[in-house]
Amino acid sequence: MKKVVRGFYAVAYSVKLCRPSVICAYPITPQTEIVENLAQMYADGELENCEYITAESEFGAASILVGASAAGARVFTATCSQGLILMSEILFNAAGLRLPIVLVNTNRALSAPLSIWNDHQDFMVLRDAGIIQVHVENNQEVHDMIPQAYKIAEDKKVLLPFMICMDGFKLTHAYEPIDLLEQETVDSFLPPYKPEYYLTTKKPIAMGCYAPPPFYMEFRVAMQNAMLRAKEIMRKVFREWAEVSGRDWGEHLAVDYPNSRIMVVAMGSIVAPLRKVVKELRSEGLDVGLVKIRTYRPFPVEDVQKELGSSEKIIVLDRSVSFGYEGPLSIDLKAALFGRSVEFYSYIVGLGGRDTSKDFLASIIRNVAHNKEKPGWAFKGYKEFEEVIP
Amino acid sequence: MKELRTDAWVQWCPGCGNYGILSALQKALIDINRDFSIVGGIGCSSRIVYYLKGSFNVHTLHGRAIPVASGIKLSKPELLVIVSGGDGDILGIGAGHFLALGRRNLDLKVFIHDNAVYGLTKGQAGPTLPLNVKLKAMPYANVHDAINPILLAFVSGYTFIARAYAYHIRELKEIMKEAMKHRGAAVVDILQPCTTYNDLMTREWFEERIYYMDSIPDRSKLFEKMLEKEKIPLGIFFKEEKETFEERLKKAKLYKQS
Repeated sequence: MKKVVRGFYAVAYSVKLCRPSVICAYPITPQTEIVENLAQMYADGELENCEYITAESEFGAASILVGASAAGARVFTATCSQGLILMSEILFNAAGLRLPIVLVNTNRALSAPLSIWNDHQDFMVLRDAGIIQVHVENNQEVHDMIPQAYKIAEDKKVLLPFMICMDGFKLTHAYEPIDLLEQETVDSFLPPYKPEYYLTTKKPIAMGCYAPPPFYMEFRVAMQNAMLRAKEIMRKVFREWAEVSGRDWGEHLAVDYPNSRIMVVAMGSIVAPLRKVVKELRSEGLDVGLVKIRTYRPFPVEDVQKELGSSEKIIVLDRSVSFGYEGPLSIDLKAALFGRSVEFYSYIVGLGGRDTSKDFLASIIRNVAHNKEKPGWAFKGYKEFEEVIP
Repeated sequence: MKELRTDAWVQWCPGCGNYGILSALQKALIDINRDFSIVGGIGCSSRIVYYLKGSFNVHTLHGRAIPVASGIKLSKPELLVIVSGGDGDILGIGAGHFLALGRRNLDLKVFIHDNAVYGLTKGQAGPTLPLNVKLKAMPYANVHDAINPILLAFVSGYTFIARAYAYHIRELKEIMKEAMKHRGAAVVDILQPCTTYNDLMTREWFEERIYYMDSIPDRSKLFEKMLEKEKIPLGIFFKEEKETFEERLKKAKLYKQS
């Protein structure tokens, strides 16, 4: 059933269809309306066997979910920016506890200066947490991703938190026609969550115990093994989803015009305008293609090598900074393509909601194609200014 | 009269209690005539840091105004340091810091813009909203009980505790001045209508209930006054001279020598 809805609703409706047992959150722009929609469904009696709790902070919200998930509940939260990094202590912990918490992050810049607008700095903080991280391009993709997230996170070979990253405002507030899933479709795809290990008096276990040096490392190795296994399980679930829903979003990467001389790499909502730009530039005669990173953690090294290993020039559009180095996505891609003779043009764009128009994106690609740029990294799209603290 | 207002555009809804608080604060600061610093958290209230010319004002993170202000006060003891934040900021996400300040009795002035809602995120229940109340933006009635900021301040150890009303600028100014003159941790719970989201605790609602206490209540009557609900007492509840955190730290440093 196609319906014109906002990004918030596309998320909330899909979460409802996944039959969660506990939803807990704290308001933060531009996430709030996701959980407001869920609270409304709760009040309307549409969320069966589910409890909805407004916590006292994101720290509280994530902690409540750790408890609920440990007790065997399917759980959900949404947050972003300061809220996500306030949750970070608990989310690192949840990954170590191997709890399949699913959360949606509505990507937003970090303070200071205070900004509520979209970029990718917030989720980068959680990059190394042991949390599966998938990025979506539009609201249909996030709607579709939620049942897949539960299926992957709850797979007994995985059992890790799963974070879906969608761009704040650009997607959350946007109205789009969404093909809303049917309950039967989700029920047939996603079985109820029945963990083997959870807090129960029938088979008592303890969680989060102290692991001194002779024990700690093995737990972390096990987490990494789970992440690497997740790569294959995700591939399988993505394929299965394409069959179930009739919508094929690709696997870890989605590629337009493979094996082009110039490949543009990006993630998130910027991919949508880029797709049009790339198509237009090809009609100008430029040999350019596009790689959308869907799975950012586990990082799909093999897929990256296959799709980008033989290109001549790679343009990476990062929307965050690893201060003192360069864009994090660019760093990861360079590591994955170590030893290949490929030139990197790594640009950091669109911080704190700075506009990245089609013309702006086209000019970046044209300049690289016409050899007007040297390989390396740079910020693009900022005004010249004088630093107050030189 | 020393002009303290900046030329920043004031971004509050028409009729917001924050205007009264801003006015009273400006007048109190002019009378007190000290160098000051205002520290805000996150929320509608915390925008006040942009509107008054402090020595330096800081817009901190959600809930963290009290610890940041503590750092400022400890490194610049000569400043009058004011914390402005909503009930969500100070008694919700930042509640732990609120307790810690009471225990320390550091010389900070905490002005709670208490409207019982999260206004900036569009009307969720704040920590001072009574149980079972449903406001217009909420899908169902509040399932949390309300914090009593006056009681919480008392058990935390604040040495100056008062309640005021945002639309009574003259009285609010006088209470703020008393708080500023006090040595130690002072809190003023400022009742404030949110004209956009709190459709229960309106101007009429408050003005039917509030009354001013004649004097600081006697110890034997203190809890009764703090717990009063049908009518809402305004004024100073509690005031005590006690060793400040600054004095305690000085003593700790000299501990070995003595």
